Parts: sequence; C-alpha cells; structure tokens
Amino acid sequence: MTASSDGLDTFPKYLLHNAEKFGDRPAMRHKDFGIWQTWTWAQMLEEVRAYSLGLQKIGLKRGDKVAVVGSNRPALYWSFAAVQALGGVPIPVYADSVAEEMVYVLQHAEVRLAVVQDQEQVDKLLSIKDDLPKLETIIYDWERGLGDYEEPFLHHMQGLQKTGRDMLAQDEQVGAGWVEEINKGKGEDLSVMLYTSGTTGKPKGVMLSYDNLVISSRNANKFDGFDENDEIIAYLPLAWVGDHIFSYGQSMTAGYCVCCPESPDTVTENRREIAPTYFFAPPRVFEGLLTDITVRMEDASALKQKMFRYFLDVANRVGEKILNKESVSLKDGLLYRLGDFLVYGPLKNRLGMTRMKVGYTAGEAIGPEIFRFYRSLGLNLKQLYGQTEASVYVTAQPDGEISAETVGTPSPDVEIDIADNGEVLYRSPGVFMGYYKNKKATDETKTKDGWVKTGDAGFLDQNGHLRIIDRAKDVGKLNNGSMFPPKYIENKLKFFPNIKEAVAIGDGRDYTTVMLNIDLQPVANWAERNNIAYASYQELANHPQVYAMMADHVDQVNQDLASEERVAGAQIHRFLVLHKELDADDGELTRTMKVRRSLINERYDPLIDALYDGSTEKYVETEVVFEDGRKGSISATVKIEDAKVYADDALKEAAE
Amino acid sequence: MNAHDSALHTSGDVLAAGSELLRVDNVTLRFGGVTAIEDVSFDILKGEVRAIIGPNGAGKTSMLNVINGFYHPQEGTIAFRGEKRSKMKPYEAAASGIARTFQNVALFHGMSTLDNIMSGRSLKMRQSFLAQMFYYGPARDEEIEHRRRVEEIIDFLEIAHIRRQPVGKLPYGLQKRVELGRALALEPDLLLLDEPMAGMNLEEKEDMSRFIIDVNQQFGTTIALIEHDMGVVMDLADRVVVLDYGKKIADGMPEEVQSNQDVIDAYLGVPH
Repeated sequence: MTASSDGLDTFPKYLLHNAEKFGDRPAMRHKDFGIWQTWTWAQMLEEVRAYSLGLQKIGLKRGDKVAVVGSNRPALYWSFAAVQALGGVPIPVYADSVAEEMVYVLQHAEVRLAVVQDQEQVDKLLSIKDDLPKLETIIYDWERGLGDYEEPFLHHMQGLQKTGRDMLAQDEQVGAGWVEEINKGKGEDLSVMLYTSGTTGKPKGVMLSYDNLVISSRNANKFDGFDENDEIIAYLPLAWVGDHIFSYGQSMTAGYCVCCPESPDTVTENRREIAPTYFFAPPRVFEGLLTDITVRMEDASALKQKMFRYFLDVANRVGEKILNKESVSLKDGLLYRLGDFLVYGPLKNRLGMTRMKVGYTAGEAIGPEIFRFYRSLGLNLKQLYGQTEASVYVTAQPDGEISAETVGTPSPDVEIDIADNGEVLYRSPGVFMGYYKNKKATDETKTKDGWVKTGDAGFLDQNGHLRIIDRAKDVGKLNNGSMFPPKYIENKLKFFPNIKEAVAIGDGRDYTTVMLNIDLQPVANWAERNNIAYASYQELANHPQVYAMMADHVDQVNQDLASEERVAGAQIHRFLVLHKELDADDGELTRTMKVRRSLINERYDPLIDALYDGSTEKYVETEVVFEDGRKGSISATVKIEDAKVYADDALKEAAE
Repeated sequence: MNAHDSALHTSGDVLAAGSELLRVDNVTLRFGGVTAIEDVSFDILKGEVRAIIGPNGAGKTSMLNVINGFYHPQEGTIAFRGEKRSKMKPYEAAASGIARTFQNVALFHGMSTLDNIMSGRSLKMRQSFLAQMFYYGPARDEEIEHRRRVEEIIDFLEIAHIRRQPVGKLPYGLQKRVELGRALALEPDLLLLDEPMAGMNLEEKEDMSRFIIDVNQQFGTTIALIEHDMGVVMDLADRVVVLDYGKKIADGMPEEVQSNQDVIDAYLGVPH
C-alpha cells in the first residue's frame, strides 16, 4: 500500500490539484429551480474552502467525526471535502433511517457535528439529541421551515460559508493556513467511516483510509478509461460505499463531473438530460426501466410496436456480437444500423444512456434476459462484485468478456482466493483498516496477512472469471460431498417467468430436490392461449401440462448446472409443484419476499419426505392464514416427478 | 442555491404584522329568499392564520366568495387594507393582493404544472400582448423573471418532478399543491384556502399543513382557511371564526372555540 508518487494521497489534495489543472471544467452540477447549475473545479474549491473555514471557526478539529445526512446535493459532497481538509472524518448516514436507527450509529461513531439536508433531518436529530451528548453542532443545507428555530447550535451551511469568506477577505494568510492543514493529511489517515447496514446484528463502522479509496478509485478509472471528460449522475445513497467511490472518490481522482438530480423523484428525467457516460444501478433499476419501456410500447401505435419488435429481434440476434466486436453478416450489420437509427437510438435517449461508455450492475444476480436486452442495444453494461470492506472493487468484467453469470476477473491489484469451504477471499490495497471499535469483528473478517472473507461462496471458472454462488453460510453439502448452493439453484429457476418461487432442498441428503411455485399470471395466460381449463390455482398447479412445462425448466437448469464443474453434483433429481403459493401471511416468506427455509422445511415435512422416499404422489393438508387473520386449510394430492440428470465429465471420470 | 426562498415574497408591504388587513362588517348575502350569510362581522389581521369553520351549508365558501369579490353582499361592507369596497370584480380583488384556491380543484387540466403556475403570474405581466407574441427584448426578460419566481415556488412546494406533467393526470393531493402554487404565484397579501385538505390521506394532510405553516412564516402571507378537519384547524389557526346557518356563533382562539357550547351543538346537533 504505497502512497501515490505524485503526492496526491488525499481527496482535499486532489481538490487543490483539480482546481489548478481543470479549473474551468465542470466539477459538479445540480438542477435547481429547473436549471442545471454548474460549478467548475475552481469554483468548487472556493465553495469548499469557505465552508471549511466556517467549520474551523465553529470548532471543527482534526479527528472529529462529522455525520452527513441527506440526499445527493452538492453541499453534502462539499461537506466531505470541507471536513477532510481539516482532518475530520465524515460519516455519511442513510437519510431514510428512522431516528432510533440513527441514534446507534451517531452514538457509536461519537459524532460531534452533523451536516443535514433539511428541516426533516434537523427535526429528526433534535428528537434524539438527548441521547447524543457528544453531538454539539448541527449544520443544515436547505433552510426552508427552519427560520424560527432558535437552537444556538444550529447553523446554516451558507452562513458558515459567509464566515469563511469574511475570514479570507480580512486576512490573506487564512487561505495559506488552510492549505497547510490539507498538507498535514496523509494517505494512511482515516478518510471516511461507512456503516454497513448489516442484515444481522448492529451496523458496523467500516474504516477506510485515503490510501484505500484513492488507490481503488485510480485503478477503477484506469480500468474503464475515465478522465475529466466523463459525467455521472449521483443518485444512490451517500452512505453506500458505491456512491462514495463513484460520485466522490473517482470524480476527485479522474476530475469528472458529478451531477446531482433536482430531487429523488426526478432522477430518470435528469438522467435523460445529462446522459451520463458512466452509470451504476442495482439490477432492480434496470428491471424497472425495462418494464417501463414494455408498458409504454403496449400503448404505442401498431406500426411502432411492429418496428420495435422487429428491430429488437435483430438486436437480440446480433447486438451482443457487434458490441463484442465479433463479425456478423453484412445484412445483419446494416439492419442493426438501421435499427439503431429508428429504435435503439431513441430508446437509449429515453433511458438517458446515449453517451454511456460503461454501465455497471451489482449487488444481486441480474436476470440474463434483462442483461442481454441492454447489451443488445449496444450498451456496455457490465457486472462487478464489490464490498464496503474492499472500497467496492473486488472483481469487474473487462470490456468484451461479459456474461450474465460471472462477475468478472479480479480488479487491478486485487488477489482472489477460494477457501476450502468455497468462500471467496480477497486481498487488495482497498482493504479496510478495520471496524470502528469492534476488534472482534475485524479479526473474524480480516486475517493477519490481509485476506478478507467475503461471506460469499463462489469459484473461478476456466477463464478466470469469478462466479458467486450463494452466501457461504447457506451453502451446504450433499451426502456424496458435492456442494449444494440452494440460492444459486433457486435463482436459476426463478429466472423463468413461469416460476415465481423455488425452494431447493439437499443439505445433508443424497440428492437435490426442489419445490416450485408457479407464477399465476404468465401461466394463466399460457393456459388461456392453449385452451387449458382450470378452476383454481391448485388445479392449474397440478395440471399435467404445467408439470411438463416445469419439467422442461428443471431440465434446462440441470443442463446448466452440469456444465459447471463445481455445482454439477447439485443437479435436481426430483421436483414437485406446490399446491399453494408461498405467502408472507403464512410466514413462509419474509416481508421482503425471501424464503424462510427452516419454517418451510417444518411445514412441508411430509412433502419433503415424499421427495426422498420415491413415491410419485402425496396427500397433504396445509393450514393457511387469510388476510383478516382467520385460518383455514388446503388439502391436495401433490404429484412428484423425477428429473433427468446429466453427467458431466468430472463426474463420469469419478464413476469410472 | 436555495437561499432564494426568502426572497420569494417581495410585496413591500407597509402594514405591520398584527394590524388589520381585512375587515368584514355586518355582511348579509341572500340568494333570492335564501339567506346564506346573515350579519357577519370579523377581521383578519396581517400575518395570522385565520380559520373559518362550521358544519355543511354554514356559508363558509360563500364568505370566501364575498371576500374575493365573486359574490356581492346585499348589506354590509368589506374593507381591505382599510379601503372600503362594495362591488369588486374577482380579478380586481386578485390584483389588489387576494389569491385563493378552490374546494374542488380548479386547474387547467390539459396544461402542465408549470403552465398552471405561470398562469398565476398573468396579472403581473406588464408587456403588451404583441410584444409577448414576438417574445423579444423586454418581453423575454419579463418572462424569464416570472419563470424564475415560478421555479422558486416549484422548489418550495417540492413539485419539481411533475413540472412537465399535465395536471389532469396527477393524483388529487398533488393537484391541490399545484393549485396552492398558482395562488402563491400571485404573491398575495391574503391567501384564501378553501378546504385545502379535503379528500387527502393523513400523509398528504401533514405535507399540506407544513406548506401552509411555511408559507405563513416564511413569506408572512396572511391566510384565511376553511377546513373541516378540527385537528388541522387547532394546529394551524391562530384564531377561528365559526359560522352556522350563515350566522357567526363564535370567534376566538382555537381552544376557546373548541370548548364553546354553541359550537359543539352546531357540530353535533341538539335535540329540538
């Protein structure tokens, strides 16, 4: 972990550098009063300096922790730099967390100052102020409704800037003193603390140093070729490491422009106006955009619909090849260009992706169809795999080596290793310093020689690309020793539109089996088109032709699994279609629609037994809870079918 | 950036807060044989939130219509800023600084949010029709200035995301907000709100209450408010006047009015 040779090892130093080098280039935009307001790097330096001096005046000291709460507004990004310039540590906090959740983080981080967006956040902090004896000062950005607040510890951010400007006007030495403060900062200093939401237990404060963030940001810029000509729209939560890297770290190190939307509700429209060259979104955003397009197309004229479908077919056939610079026939090439003019171009414009050089998705598995759709339009959408503890980048897909199933090769300077239990480990310059005031958790996650446990199970395929299978703690073993990754199998099944839910069983058993839920909407549609009569969900689910359809899907998943050496042993041997939908009201799913494995195992015990005792059908009665809380029961005879299992080469060899 | 909010209102008012802005004296309004308002008097002070409440048919909306010149009372006088007037057209009332919203949203449904609020500034446009048509020089400068004001209102009411949408397609709560925006575009001295929260859910009500408080506090706009939701009235209003069958039955602080036996009777009914 060496500091960069040019002496640029902290973000405030980069700010000074950028103001010099890119003085007239845009650093930040914000749509306000219906107009994009722009700050150049030189102007931004002036804003940050005035703000920072104001903070100094009200007593911000080296090492102070400063909470930053709000949505993506310039003032909050400036807070990062203004605080860091004085050696303080910003702690972005999720703006939508309720007061009680915020108490824990602010107490744990021992914040002395808080910078917040507006009245709503001020009220929230005032309501918990009694629990936060260390919190001395609150600074707000948007003064609406705060005019008659009389608390002496409340400051308007612009008021602080005025103080700072007055100080500069009175004494020329003040500016030089400020730069001196910046130069005291070192690469190994703590730069920021990001609290991970943590699905279990209390949030943990991940400490990242300037070296972590600066080196990771520089590497990422180099990897995808970002420079001062790029533009990004900042719309993800400030407290999330991704936003901190994309909208702050990479912008500072590459000198590109960060655009803040007018409000969280106008992101889509603002994105169209800006047309960012670099775009990150979790899969659900891409899904949402696609649904939006589909719905709008249904309302379009017949001619437009026809055109849309025709050229989408063309794109489907050759789009990805063209993007990967493979050769296609002359006719297809021409058709694709025509399609780009008539359909893809306007569509990309709508999506605000006209200028997109690189788009990333991460966080969870993206449906292959959705992924392919965007790529076939000629959009360079890629996947990456990252963690807060790694300053985001663990792996990323290099241009031209894209697949929906992998998350790419190790990012620059990152080493990957797979532990014996299948868990992915990494070591990189971006690896965090530790969890704040939590040595135990740090030691559990990070080994002495710098390897970090991701908690995810995965493997490197023959091309050196990482595949993530599942959370490491969920991955089990079959009796023959094969790996059993339930979520991996379930996700593969759920990518079929006809399958709504899937539960894979196999840990500690001889082979894998699954219980499926049909998705009523598409299956009912299909039934109608094929003249299949049915009276109820139960009847439809139990219909022989539906079983045939499911058998087909299971078969495809098995072929898929067989082609992957590490999981070939987990192919599905038997399956059944459940007679009722898994439901959160019955406690089978969580409210966020995740399968509750233990409860399902208990509830459907007779069916699970039947999956393993060779019987072809089983009579069951299941209790259900109606929405008003009354209880009833559903009984049915559920059929169980065998699935075809494929042998892969490795398994065959083992058998010989 | 957003420091402009406070600059939004530049009415250059000479009246001090707390002095009498509007005075209604012995007003009686009849429609043929029906007496909608009978001998009602009250005042509205500069800077306050004045609620007008009462059961259905009490004459609340009629009272607002009298204030903004839509109805002309047969008896009594109305003095706005000390000037008595008997007959005044609604647009004259608007020009003198009285703006209102309606019980049933009355927006231009085919027009966008932006255009609807811009229409609220039409009284402030000084350039000739012809100049505006050609959109050059002063006419353009004027339009830009008006647009700036309107954008401040859009920012204030947090409706940037629906700026370009036709209001007819918006949910009811948002339409109400747009209507408030249009009234604010007039930069009124007196804002008449006719049931601003009718038909809203709790969250929309809370939002609207906050906007009303902010308008009152930040711009110093005097507000006359008709409202059914007693919780809202008690929270927002400085003083309350209660009408029943066209007559004033109570006038005072919210707590006083709430415990007034006549008011309770009027709302709950009394055995005859």
